[in-house]
Amino acid sequence: MKLHRINALLIRHLYLYQRSVPRLMDIFFWPIIELLLWGFLSVYLEKMSFGGLNVITVLLGAIIFWDLMSQSQRAISTTFLEEVWERNLLNIFVSPLRLSEFLVSSVLIAVVRVVIVGLVMAGLAWGLYHFNLLYFGFYLIPFMLNLFVFGWTLGFLTTGIILRFGSAAQVLAFGLVFLLQPFSAVFYPVSVLPQSLQYVAKVLPSSHVFEGMRSVIATGTLPVNDLIWAIGTNIFYLALVLWFFSRMFARVKDRGMLMKLD
Amino acid sequence: MILEIKNLVKKFNGVAAVDDLSFGVEEGTITGLLGPNGAGKTTTIQMVLDLVTPTSGDIEIFGLDMKHSREKILNQINFSSPYVNLPGNLKVWENLATFARLYGVKNIKAKIDELADFFGIREFLGKMTTSLSTGQLTRLNLTKALLNDPKLLLLDEPTASLDPDIADRTRQLLKKIQKEKGLTILYTSHNMVEVEEICDRVIFIQKGKIKDDGTPADLVKKYGHKDLNDLFIAIAREHTNESR
Repeated sequence: MKLHRINALLIRHLYLYQRSVPRLMDIFFWPIIELLLWGFLSVYLEKMSFGGLNVITVLLGAIIFWDLMSQSQRAISTTFLEEVWERNLLNIFVSPLRLSEFLVSSVLIAVVRVVIVGLVMAGLAWGLYHFNLLYFGFYLIPFMLNLFVFGWTLGFLTTGIILRFGSAAQVLAFGLVFLLQPFSAVFYPVSVLPQSLQYVAKVLPSSHVFEGMRSVIATGTLPVNDLIWAIGTNIFYLALVLWFFSRMFARVKDRGMLMKLD
Repeated sequence: MILEIKNLVKKFNGVAAVDDLSFGVEEGTITGLLGPNGAGKTTTIQMVLDLVTPTSGDIEIFGLDMKHSREKILNQINFSSPYVNLPGNLKVWENLATFARLYGVKNIKAKIDELADFFGIREFLGKMTTSLSTGQLTRLNLTKALLNDPKLLLLDEPTASLDPDIADRTRQLLKKIQKEKGLTILYTSHNMVEVEEICDRVIFIQKGKIKDDGTPADLVKKYGHKDLNDLFIAIAREHTNESR
């Protein structure tokens, strides 16, 4: 793996973001809108004294972490789609770039996007609602990292599906993550779901992350069981999706479709 | 031989697009790969570039096997086609810098300046790529294709969609750079006048197989045609009549 090639793709996308208003909107628009919507709803619910938990903490924390995961997924998918839209896949793959380098550069772009959005959202949450994301210390960090990794997994999954079915499937790049939201226990515990859907929730790393985060907020201790489940399912899905992606890439090359993806 | 293709086969859904193709390309020559639409030229070039996986057969470049030495080979070859433009939403110099980084070019600015002067695109370096004309894009694509000082350059119809004046200028640039750098070029084109002017040797492909190969003058003489264009038409119609 060569750093100069990973760096080349990273900088190529930073060139794009520095002047593209639609792309900056894609990064900032939805997270900020959701933060405002859920933030003010939380303020209202707290004033109405619903529930015993700190509503602002639970809802705002959940929406910020959910957006970071969604951002992580979309960054991976759109990094690939940018090359499809610009018909640039052929140019980059006639260079010595390896598939693994392409994937690593996508992950780095996702990290840059998540860090920037995370800082903006954390700043806004502090400014508007006096909500400190780091109030609960380092226990939330391993859960946060697991969400990022699950975002990459979903990003590579949608990219693999686009390779398989063509760009008609690109709607998944923007929608897949929301299909998982009801089962990820973002705003409510898994126990609220019907029994059959609880089984679905149990095999998603995201549900263990959000359950774990609520536990950290409620008890101040690290829920090791949830963390282990999140890490284990994440490793399993990431390995599976990387295998799927490389199979789809090989299939595209076998069918001579790399130049025809648009 | 800088490029050696042996018994290359590519089948799509059981139909052979390239059927037991074997040929070599000598260092420092310009070889034209000719044939009617669907003959298998582009598929062959894409297999040489590792964009399409062969069904069977071997491709050796610089004596190396693509399966085992992909990175080493692709570092020393490059490709240009008017059908594959660089991203329009980046500035010209941003595109060139990106590809220079991908190829590990040491002094990026000096390399871009050198090539920008050679191809006369220096004044466009700060412009958005999408704002360039077709002729300017062709020169930009060729500039990108020479960033890594390739030993083997694959050109897919490099002058397609250019007006005669710009096409002629592009050919002169190609001839100049081939002479100066001793490049080996594998060239596809449907412009037979251009092929006669630029190629040392041509390989006619028909239905994925080699129909014939030789210098343009020898082939024209051998088949008793007026020029390469007539010969091309005869071969293409022979193929069409067989299909009927």
